[in-house]
Parts: sequence; structure tokens; C-alpha cells
Amino acid sequence: MASVTLENLQKTYPNGFKAIHGVDVDIQDGEFLVLVGPSGCGKSTLLRMIAGLETITDGSLSIGGKAVNDLEPSKRDIAMVFQNYALYPHMTVYNNMAYGLKIMGLSKDEIDQRVKNAASILELTDEQLSRKPRQLSGGQRQRVAMGRAIVRKPSVFLFDEPLSNLDAKLRVQMRVEIKQLQESLGITSVYVTHDQVEAMTLGHRLMVLNAGNVEQLGTPLELYEKPASLFVAGFIGSPAMNILDATVAEDGKSVVIGTDTVLPVGANGVEGFDGKPVKLGIRPEHLEITPGAEGALPLTVTLVEHLGADTLLHGHFGNDKTDLTLRQSGTHLAKAGEVLPITITPNHIHLFDPETEKRIDF
Amino acid sequence: MIENRPLLKIFSHIILILGVIMVAFPLWVTFVASTHDATRMTELPLPLLPGSHFFENLDRVLFVGLYGGDASGMGYMLLNSTIMALMIAIGKIIISLLSAFAIVYFRFPFRMFFFWMIFLTLMLPVEVRILPTFEVVANLGMLDTYWGLTVPLIASATATFMFRQVFLTIPDEMLEAARIDGAGPLRFFKDILLPMSRTNIAALFVILFIYGWNQYLWPLLVTTDQSMYTVVMQIGNMLEAGEEAPQWHLIMMITLLAIIPPVLVVVAMQKLFVQGLTETEK
Amino acid sequence: MLKRVHFEPSLLPYLLVAPQIIVTIIFFIWPASQALFQSMLVEDAFGLKTEFVWFQNFEELFADPHYWGSFQRTFIFSFLVAGLSMSIALLLATMADRVIKGSGIYRTLLIWPYAVAPAAAGALFFFLFNPTLGFIPYTLQFFGYDWNHKINGDEAMALIIFAAAWKQIAYNFLFFLAGLQSIPKSLIEAAAIDGAGPSRRFWTIIFPLLSPTTFFLLVVNVVYAFFETFGIVDAMTAGGPANSTQILVYKVYNDGFVGLDLGGSAAQSAVLMAIVVALTVFQFRFVEKKVEY
Repeated sequence: MASVTLENLQKTYPNGFKAIHGVDVDIQDGEFLVLVGPSGCGKSTLLRMIAGLETITDGSLSIGGKAVNDLEPSKRDIAMVFQNYALYPHMTVYNNMAYGLKIMGLSKDEIDQRVKNAASILELTDEQLSRKPRQLSGGQRQRVAMGRAIVRKPSVFLFDEPLSNLDAKLRVQMRVEIKQLQESLGITSVYVTHDQVEAMTLGHRLMVLNAGNVEQLGTPLELYEKPASLFVAGFIGSPAMNILDATVAEDGKSVVIGTDTVLPVGANGVEGFDGKPVKLGIRPEHLEITPGAEGALPLTVTLVEHLGADTLLHGHFGNDKTDLTLRQSGTHLAKAGEVLPITITPNHIHLFDPETEKRIDF
Repeated sequence: MIENRPLLKIFSHIILILGVIMVAFPLWVTFVASTHDATRMTELPLPLLPGSHFFENLDRVLFVGLYGGDASGMGYMLLNSTIMALMIAIGKIIISLLSAFAIVYFRFPFRMFFFWMIFLTLMLPVEVRILPTFEVVANLGMLDTYWGLTVPLIASATATFMFRQVFLTIPDEMLEAARIDGAGPLRFFKDILLPMSRTNIAALFVILFIYGWNQYLWPLLVTTDQSMYTVVMQIGNMLEAGEEAPQWHLIMMITLLAIIPPVLVVVAMQKLFVQGLTETEK
Repeated sequence: MLKRVHFEPSLLPYLLVAPQIIVTIIFFIWPASQALFQSMLVEDAFGLKTEFVWFQNFEELFADPHYWGSFQRTFIFSFLVAGLSMSIALLLATMADRVIKGSGIYRTLLIWPYAVAPAAAGALFFFLFNPTLGFIPYTLQFFGYDWNHKINGDEAMALIIFAAAWKQIAYNFLFFLAGLQSIPKSLIEAAAIDGAGPSRRFWTIIFPLLSPTTFFLLVVNVVYAFFETFGIVDAMTAGGPANSTQILVYKVYNDGFVGLDLGGSAAQSAVLMAIVVALTVFQFRFVEKKVEY
């Protein structure tokens, strides 16, 4: 059990490419931190730096209060689960799990006890333990990869997109298992994924990375309710947040969409943007169909998607061609071409500075 | 089959059978010759069906010697050939495995320089640098030794490239997982890399054994002591001698002995052989 | 080219490459540079004095009609070996691709000559074509043809071509068969639906799709005929009669070891090296192209 501290961690490749621009985070003992972002954002690099598979260019990394910058991976008291599992194809499942322990120099009994214990946690049978990895299904291989991590009894678990090779149904199942396992073992975990649903459901905290920079660090709900930037707003939540062009009124008390839709902003208005253009964000579930409401915006429906529990309506406001998505719970029998009156709930809007793309608090 | 044309199928079989006969005919004639006695082998037309002197001829060639009293048979040449083929095959595999491992899994100064140096050997078959190589071996006092017979043929770019290719297809995560498991370079090599490449090693072994066994020019040059002769080089000597005293039944028996071991290897390990052949060409 | 992760730099990688590098330097690079150096030396008749003569050996070499003759013979030999062996192999591979039953057996029965040493292949054909006893000359007599490769240079050349091509059929067959089997069946089926018969399908669909394999094999066969047929020549004809089968590799050996013309032999080695380099580069560029397919 240990905390992991990253201080101004940086990575520059020999060719000059700067992959990580300086990350600070204090991962608590027992915390589940998810690194999330689009491919190429540096999340895997960061994880591999913690693992010791990539060198650290600058900054410091400590695990359990001990600086580990220059330690070999095996000396960092970590275990890692790889995207393609990286099981040794020529060894049985048992030996895959036991290999690291043998190198540690543990006794045969100790190794056997640890492997058997991990196998029972992961519900791997004795018969499966004697098989080769290629004779197992995807889900079973995934379990073996986790087993290999568990037997090491590490202070930190590192997961590198461990579920991305599984089919959708299995992915949900394994996601739940990983969550339960982490909670019951209480081991500090760092988990990399590009799937925001995975990130939201697994993490105590999420770190959103973009082009080697930390966009935001916070709990799933913080990210959802107060995205720190346009990037986070667009990345967290599915379907993505709608973004519209708007202007702050001269008095700063309201924002104007188009020419005549005026929405009040908070109790005190917004400071410093009087009369300036802003980006206005509104989540699909915060657009309401309000027949007969005053000042409703006319949404021309272009496409209707029925998801069963929800209905997604795609469309645009009048001549504004910005595509919008509206989520309506239950079934809504709208048709393409129909025009629906839409109301935006003012206390659910988000404002962003179009220059810096940062959130404007109000 | 796209369409069912029995005639076409029969035609294909006929062509194939003719091909097999054409390919096998020279060997058949040789085999038949090795089963007759000296007298029969001077009468025209030569036989096309086996006779009854096979074991007699075999015994003579292996244990008695060709011209009676001159030597003690040539069984030892089979042994020499086997030793040479094994030394070349195993030696090549070992040094190629090691250098490919270094080149793929380490970053070190002069890595590319070494890589190109090995690449050069691809371009220098022994036939084109024969004289100076001979001089080097002579100066090192390696004439008439197994080392002189094999070491100069051991450096091989082909095998190094093949292992490099094999290592490159092994996922990076194998090394990463091994490092997290605490395996150092040599341990990784022994526990992960070698077992994962074992069919490639076996396939290459088949090809290299044949290569080694079939060496002709090099043994011809570096051996002067009869006890170091190999079977294949002996064929040349025998054909020359055959001009004066044609003992075709014995000469063909020697040829047969030179042919059969590598052919058996190919036939018995056909799958590995095909794999090795296609892999070394990548 | 390189793994994402490496082991820490240490002395170890140097130790690992050392055996190969040492062997390469002692038995490849040093002798090859010796050959290049010697190609610019002339030794007097008693081997007492050597003189550095720059490119004189090369000039003499290229002025020597015997050398050009050998060059010409080597080219004829190489292309006939490649052509003969590849056409037979392609025919057999096409047939083997067609039959489903027994194609494995045919393969086994056709690939074994690969394992036969060139010198041994020479012995097989030497016996088969022996002018006094051999089966083929005996048969040819009935057609009024008198075969004697010991006198007739063309026949001697034909003989080494037969032996060299015979041995190479196995290799070509395997690669052609693999090439044929990698052609998607759907393409052939589409052509059949378009109404193309077997032979039309072969020439318009299969053969063009096989062209990378064919081209690759052509290079490999030429390299084989150039450098790996020493044993065949030495065992069967020793370059004779009257040098009619003296191909380049044989001439290097003959001039160097028998004629003891060190400078001339070394100059020939240098020329051969240039040819190998050219062929290898050619082959590599082609392999790169093949990747694009």
C-alpha cells in the first residue's frame, strides 16, 4: 500500500518531441486514478514512466514516499496489466503467474500459495492453470494478466487499457470485476483508458490529458458538472456536450444566443466578458422540449436515434448549422424535418472563453 | 476446384507424375548402380532394376576402401561430414542469435555500425574471396582441423537477419512484462526469447545442416590430410579417379551416401524445412 | 528496426555481438580487403617480388578474350538454368495447385533435390550422361546421336545446365506453389464466372499475380547459378573441354589455385564481389517493392 506522487513529471524524446509537459498529482493510498484522453495524448507514456518502462526526463516520481526515478521496473513495487496481456505464450498459466515470483527468489511453497490464492480470487480453475495462454478465451487471458499482477502483492497496480481487446459485453463485466477487485484489495491503482465510460465508472479521480498537458483532475462528477475546458467538456459525456456561439450581454448578467434568445447567467452574472463572444455548452439531457413555452428555440430535427431507454434527436436551430443533440428519456416519436420548440435550462449552461478555451466561472 | 473437369485433373496428375519421375530418375539410376557388381556395371545397356550387391558394396565402401588396401574405407568421412554440418549449423545459430539479440534489444554506440558490418557478409560468398580466406586459415594454422573447416563459414548475415526479424515480431510487451517481473537481459533471453523462437531455430537448423553438409569447395581447399575428408568432397575425387578405373557401383554408392542424410532431414522435417526456406528469404 | 524499450546500455551487447564480429572481420572483411589489395599487385614468376600496379590487373582482365568468354558463358549458363528450372517448376506447381488429393505427396517427392549437394548432383548427371556407359547417351545412339560431352563443349555446357537446373527445381517449385496458394480463390472464381477457361485464367489472372514471385526467383536463381554451382562444374567437367564450361567462379579458383595468378584471380574476385553487391541491392530494392503489394 502506498501513495504515488508525481512532481512536475516531464518526458522529452530524443528527437525533441515533448510527450509530457509536466504533471503534478498526489495519488492517495488505495486510490483508483484513471488517466483518460484521446490516443496520442500521452496517457500511456505517463503510465509507462510510472512503471519505469520509459525514462523520466525531468521532475520526480515517488512511490510510498521513496524516490523511484532511476529504479528498475521490478524494484518499484508495482505490477502492470498490459493491453494485449503480454502473457508468455510458451509458459502455462501457472508459470506465467509464477515467473516473477521465481525471479524474486520466493520459496516454492510461497509461490504455490500465492498463485493458488490469486487463481481463486479470479475464479481460475486448476485445469486452466495448466493450460497455455492461447488455449484460453479473451476474458480468461485478461484474468491471468491480472493474476500475474496480484501475485506480486505490489503497492501499485498499473493498467494500460486492459479491456480494449475484449468485446463490448465482456468489457462491462470485467470492468465491474476490476472495480470490485481494486476495492477489496485496496491497492493504489493507475488506469489508462481512452473510453470515457470506463473512466467515469472506475475512477475515484480522473485525469484528463490532452497533448501531454493535464486538462483537468477531479472526481467523475466534478468533470461532468464543471468541465475545466472545452476539451474536457467535449470529451466527458456521451453524446458530447453541445457547443454554441453566444455573446455576453453588455451588463454581464446574461448571454445571448443568436439575436433574441437571452439566458440569465447565475445569480451574479459573469465578470470580464461584457459584450464579448463566448462558447456556450449545454449537455444533450439539459435541452428540453417545451411545447408552447415562451422564447423556445425552434429545433429542426434531422435524425432520430432510438436507444430504447432514451431517444437522441439530432438537429439544428433555424439557420444556425451547428449540429445539436438532444437526449429525451423514454421514446419520442419525432420525425426528421419536424420542428420542435426547445428550452435551455439556464442553470445547466457552461461558458468557455473562446480564446483560451478555459471555463468561465460564474 | 472451380469446375469439375475430370480430364483436366487426370492430365494434372500425369504431368506431376512425369515430373516426379524426371526428378527422381537420376537418383534411381544411381541407386540401381550401387546394387550391382563391377562386371555388370561395364556391360551395355546398364541395368534399370536393382541387383543384389547393395550390402556388399556398402560394406566395401564403408569399411574396406575402394581399391583394396589403400585405405580403411570411408565411414569416417560420413562422421566428418556430420561433425562439419553440425558445427556449422549450431555455430551459426548461436552467434546469430546472440548478435540479433544485441542488435534488437540493446541501444548502444556503434549498433548500426555492427549491423552493417554483418550485412556486408551477405555480399561476400566464400567463392569470391576464396584465396585470401584460405591464406588466413593457413596462417592461423587451421588447415586440416574441424575449426578451419567450419569457423570461416559460420558468420552469416542471413541467419542474423532472420532472428532479427523473428525478434521484431515478438511484441514489445514481452520485454516489458519480463522487466516488471524482474528478468535481466540474459534471463529474458533464456526464459522468454529462446523458447519463443524455438521453431524458427529448428527450421533454420534444417537449412543450415544441409548447407553445411553440402560444402564442397571449402573442404577441398583446407583439407589435405585424408582423415579430414568429407563425403561430398570425396565425390569429386572419385569421379576423377573413375576416369581411369571406373568402379561405378562403388562411386555411385559413395554418391548415395553423400545424398541420403540431408535428403532424409528434408523429408522427415518437411514442415520445418519449408518454413526455414521461406523465412531466410525475408 | 528497434524495440521501444531497451536494456540499459552496458558491456553486454558488445560481448553478444563479439563472436560474430570477430569471425566477420577475420574471415570476411580482412580476406575481402586482401582480395581488393591483391587485385592491384603483380607478383613475378618466382613469387619473390610483388609490385603495386593500380588497375593493371583489371585492364589485363578486361582485355583478355578468355575472360569475356567466361563472362558470356556464365550469363548463358545462368539464364538457361533459371529459365529451364523455373518453367518446369511453374508447370509442376500449377498442376500441384490444381489437384487437391495427393498434393502433399507430390510436394515431398519434388522437393528433396534441394538437399542434394551440387557436387553430388554433378555425380548423378555425370553417370547418367557418361558417354560410354550412361543411360542417356546409350538411348540417344538409337536416334543416331552421338553424345560426348568430353569432346563437345556445347554438350558439356548442356550437361552442367541440366544438373544445375534439376537441383533448383525443388526450390522454385516450393515458392511458386506458395505464390499460387496465396492468390485468393475468389479472384479465380470471379474469372471463371466471367467465362475464362483454365488456360486463359492462368495467363490473364494467375501469371500476372505471380510476377513478384517470378521476379524474386529469377534473381535468386541467377545468384545460385553464378555462385553456388562450383561443385557441379568441378565434379563434372572441371571447366572443360577447352574451357567451354569455365564459368566465372570456376575461373577464379582455377586461375588462383591452379594457375597461381594471384593478382588476376584477386581482380576477378573483385569483379565478382561487385556483381554480388549489385544483385543483392537489386534484390533488396525488389523486396521493398514486394511489401507494397
